[in-house]
Amino acid sequence: MDKTAPTGTPLIDMRNISIAFGGIRAVDDASIDLFPGEVVALLGHNGAGKSTLIKILSGAYKRDSGHIFVNGEEASISNPRDAKRYGIETIYQTLALADNVDAAANLFLGRELMTAWGTLDDVAMEAEARKVMGRLNPRFQRFKEPVIKLSGGQRQSVAIARAILFNARILIMDEPTAALGPQETAQVGELVKQLKSDGIGIFLISHDIHDVFDLADRVCVMKNGQVVGTARTTDVTQDEVLGMIILGKCPPGAIPGPGALKIAA
Amino acid sequence: MTDTTSNPQADIARASELGVVARFLKATEIDTRMLGMIGALLLIWTGLHVISSLRLGVNPLDFDSRTFLTPRNLWNLSVQTSAVAIMACGMVLVIVMRNIDLSVGSAEGLIGMVMGFAQVHFLVRFVGLELGNPWIWVLALVIGLALGLLIGAFQGFIIAYLEVPAFIVTLGGLLVWRGAAWWVTSGQTVAPLDATFQLMGGGPAGSIGATWSWIVGIVACLAVVFALFNGRVQRKRFRFPLRPIWAETLLGVVTCAVIMGAVWLANSYPWPIGIVNRYAAANNITVPEGGLFIAHGIAIPVLMAIAVGLIMTFITNRTRFGRYVFAIGGNPEAANLAGINTRWITMKVFMIMGVLATVAASISSARQNSSTNVLGTLDELLVIAAAVIGGTSLAGGSGTIIGAMLGALLMQSLQSGMVLLGVDSPLQSIVVGAVLVIAVWLDTVYRKRV
Repeated sequence: MDKTAPTGTPLIDMRNISIAFGGIRAVDDASIDLFPGEVVALLGHNGAGKSTLIKILSGAYKRDSGHIFVNGEEASISNPRDAKRYGIETIYQTLALADNVDAAANLFLGRELMTAWGTLDDVAMEAEARKVMGRLNPRFQRFKEPVIKLSGGQRQSVAIARAILFNARILIMDEPTAALGPQETAQVGELVKQLKSDGIGIFLISHDIHDVFDLADRVCVMKNGQVVGTARTTDVTQDEVLGMIILGKCPPGAIPGPGALKIAA
Repeated sequence: MTDTTSNPQADIARASELGVVARFLKATEIDTRMLGMIGALLLIWTGLHVISSLRLGVNPLDFDSRTFLTPRNLWNLSVQTSAVAIMACGMVLVIVMRNIDLSVGSAEGLIGMVMGFAQVHFLVRFVGLELGNPWIWVLALVIGLALGLLIGAFQGFIIAYLEVPAFIVTLGGLLVWRGAAWWVTSGQTVAPLDATFQLMGGGPAGSIGATWSWIVGIVACLAVVFALFNGRVQRKRFRFPLRPIWAETLLGVVTCAVIMGAVWLANSYPWPIGIVNRYAAANNITVPEGGLFIAHGIAIPVLMAIAVGLIMTFITNRTRFGRYVFAIGGNPEAANLAGINTRWITMKVFMIMGVLATVAASISSARQNSSTNVLGTLDELLVIAAAVIGGTSLAGGSGTIIGAMLGALLMQSLQSGMVLLGVDSPLQSIVVGAVLVIAVWLDTVYRKRV
């Protein structure tokens, strides 16, 4: 039996994904999977290819080669709309908010609620927004203002609210706590645990190794566009994971990937 | 207390820090920038009126018929503003999406020429319709609308799908369409236009008269009251913050007063004596002593501009398309990641611009009762200036239709005011150019402070 992955059909199975920009192979033959109710952390230096890999899953980039399976069935994802159809929601590092419109408009961007007349149902959207934001950030009141006027934490909660509003099955979080203070970071941690217990699979991209060991079930380390290795967080130490990130050295508790340092026997 | 806000305590705490003016603005939810525009407009009108009065040596309070604030002048101003105001509505969307359209004046010229050629030569000589056939103006307009749509789609396609910057594509268009306008008739002026088509240009025949003007005014007032009432009901339904009753009432009363005032003005401008006498003779009416007073009423081009403004406001505020235009302007990448087809939206915006150029071309050519290949020259600059003065940010993402229309009115007020004052045309250009730069500078200052 596979010692790192739970049994059953993976929610997401990305196999042998490659993409190149110009001459640079940003992602090179990377494979990664994710099971329901699981948090998989993607680690690596800046430019290791983790954001690029995840953007292929969310439809922002189109892969050059490889396959993506959702619930065991091959999925064709060539734009963000496709990804959303498969229940894949993304919280981008840049948050990807339209700064000049209000929170409700951002939450429903691309999936607006309409009235029977075919016009925007702003009132209903604001009501929904108040509901979901009330759950995430009860003190949030600035529904009428463009999101550019909100604080970093408030903007973050808008971005998160947008991802969970539509019953996502797979959530991608790209540096979700980078802009947050300690209290808000703890809130995001709570949210991750709650979503996990709802059976949602989460890809977590983070630089913060403490966060990762706190929240993730497995880690997947990338270096120079290749996967160094995948491991359960219980099977490896933080130092070993750092070794994977910095040196590409795969410890015994991990399954080595194509990017693992080849040690001369 | 359920009537005021969802968070009364914080609001009261905040309201006490605000002055009277700020509290007033908060209660009425009036945009300060809009208020500034209206203030500037009133200032310019008053200034022009006082200067034109003093020049004639009359008391400004006498409202002499040769000064600025007279029914005749304001009525003409409304007609002159129409074409630019209509195109400014489209330009708002173009600029909100971080693009620009320099070709609108030339496109207007080409479309005007083609519509003129269609009704005077093509439909009569080649299709065989008799002069005065009611289909002539309909078909000419359909041809024009199709051409406008095609021009917009063509430019939009190059911008959105071939990724050539809008500045370059429409700069090319500026030259291409102007050249094409010359080619339609090798530079010959086409005149006179179809009689029905001419109604779009205003004038005594192209106005709806006193009775209909009052009806339009009353309907508009009822619509305003209904909109305010409906907005309140909607907000109540979801327990959102409401405006205080006095603010709602004030807004309703002021808006209705402005509407009825405008109707009254339009109805105070009589037909010229010659036309009245001809009309009386044709209809067997005896002209009483002191002349017969027949009011112009609201001009048809003005009604067209108002209709375009309402439709475009509806599109920007209430439709998915409008929402996407603003979202793309605010953050194109985010819009794309949200699954919005940004290219198709871009192309559609230019198609709308093309259609509005046709509407403007109809008004301008009908007003002159001829199509010339210089029709609309430099209009692109007036249109862009109107949109920008009206608060459309060149950085994208913000702008309003009503602002752009007010901007058009402001630009046109300056222009015709200077004509009234006898300012020679080089100086007019200098003033208009300077005003544009100052307006944008003030806007920059405003945006930094807010």
